[in-house]
Amino acid sequence: MTARYPALPGFRLALGLTLLWLGLLVLLPLAGLMLKAASLSPAQILALLATPRSLAAFRVSFGTAALAALIDLPLGLLLAWTLTRYRFPARRLLDALIDLPFALPTAVAGIALTTLYVEDGWLGALLAPLGLFPAFSPSGIVIALTFVGLPFIVRSVQPVLADLHREAEEAALTLGASHFAIVHRIIMPPVLPALLTALALAFARAVGEYGSVIFIAGNRPAISEIVPLLIVIKLEQFDYPGAALLGTAMLAASLLLLLAINRLQRWTAAERAYAI
Amino acid sequence: MPSDRLIGEPAWLRATAIAATLAVITVMLILPLAVVFTEAAAKGRAFLLAALTDPDALAAIRLSLLVAAIVVPINTVFGLAAAWAVSHFRFTGRGLLVAVMELPFAVSPVVSGLIYVLMFGLQGWCGPWLAAHNIHIIFAIPGIVLSTLFVTLPFVARQVAPLMQALGVAEEEAALTLGASPWHMFRRVTLPKIRWALLTGMLLCNARAMGEFGAVSVVSGHIRGLTNTMPLHIEILYNEYNLAAAFGIAGLLAAMAIATIALRMALEWQHHSSLARGSAAIWNQPV
Repeated sequence: MTARYPALPGFRLALGLTLLWLGLLVLLPLAGLMLKAASLSPAQILALLATPRSLAAFRVSFGTAALAALIDLPLGLLLAWTLTRYRFPARRLLDALIDLPFALPTAVAGIALTTLYVEDGWLGALLAPLGLFPAFSPSGIVIALTFVGLPFIVRSVQPVLADLHREAEEAALTLGASHFAIVHRIIMPPVLPALLTALALAFARAVGEYGSVIFIAGNRPAISEIVPLLIVIKLEQFDYPGAALLGTAMLAASLLLLLAINRLQRWTAAERAYAI
Repeated sequence: MPSDRLIGEPAWLRATAIAATLAVITVMLILPLAVVFTEAAAKGRAFLLAALTDPDALAAIRLSLLVAAIVVPINTVFGLAAAWAVSHFRFTGRGLLVAVMELPFAVSPVVSGLIYVLMFGLQGWCGPWLAAHNIHIIFAIPGIVLSTLFVTLPFVARQVAPLMQALGVAEEEAALTLGASPWHMFRRVTLPKIRWALLTGMLLCNARAMGEFGAVSVVSGHIRGLTNTMPLHIEILYNEYNLAAAFGIAGLLAAMAIATIALRMALEWQHHSSLARGSAAIWNQPV
């Protein structure tokens, strides 16, 4: 153990408190979860995971999360670009509003989006004549997850766009570069890793999302039922091993995504340092 | 304003981008917020007042405030300790510690509740012992507090640690050299330096504590008037087709969310120098 500042007090106390806090609240309960799942035999694990209902739930959860993150990508890029590059009335207010999905409790978002998109809702009434009925279907899940994921894209891309050197773009223009070349050669290299990080963040958040989804999803087994809801259902049936197994699978997915995000963030930082 | 755009970037492109941005923000963010307040007011002021002062609603509001009042101070103290250890010292396992601290943001809220049910539930690891001693954690307030502690764990540390690291310890060392006690140094030198980041972290922690749904839903047992927080009460009212009352409570939480965003923005604008936005962008983590 080497202190960066050997004279600085409080290392033992601070580290001790931190380990106590993390150990009791995070590590011990997570170990309990994995032990519970590990008490199952491989045959039991297969029987629990390979049911049509579980498989469908994984398909719905990961499919809708991926779709929502992909929809968020161009929308978030547009918002980040406009809010960073242009000056117009109420820009700061709109910029502040981007954080709404972070700050608004998920249950509130859930009932608000459902009310908007049901057949006689403000937006649902506009979609119904087109034959679109998003509420209580997988499309509803995508709508909720798109709401939840949007700020991840905007907030990841904004600082990179703000860092870009306008001089490089102007120099390229004077040298006769096309707009396409400028976007392709000057803007995209630092923005691309940030976009991929943002995509992973939005996806990671969406995969585990519960509150904003269950109201609008309709929750029909094998059609619009997400994995977190299936965990809740298993718990309500006192099927603790089944819930623990699904929970462990979700935890493993989160850990993998966390690892990927970490790598992507390092790449983003490197590209940003290079661009500056 | 030529400096706002690429030289030669056509004006129509800029106008289209701004118009499209306004459309996206209106449909995706403003309409959901507007529908909350519209539905809350749909049955008039008297109904709204009655819905908010209903005994079960008041109990839910009280419980949410109680949970936040327990969770925010605990996570502030431990978050400060973690930030101090992580930003000023190098030790083996430091990276792992930071990664573990991020975990609560990465896992599904339902898993955050599930782990405590497996720990303290009737069929959980400690279940039989707790039952024998008549201690209730799951389907009771301690379970709600524990799962909320878990989901809000990283907020303060993630706001404070980058700032501590960026500001360094020159003043702290000066204070120590001049004979200040460690506690004196922390209170008079460190705390003033980081107070706005600390406040931001506590604000975000509080917002999440009041609004958490998934984790709390798993451990609460949904006992009306006893273990229902505000978000859980919204769910019950909504499922009973009492939309105006559900949106009444939802309106309170939406107002809290708006106040949180506004306060955070105000802090950032006023204390920009001490709150570098990029480094403190906690929201960039999966919440």
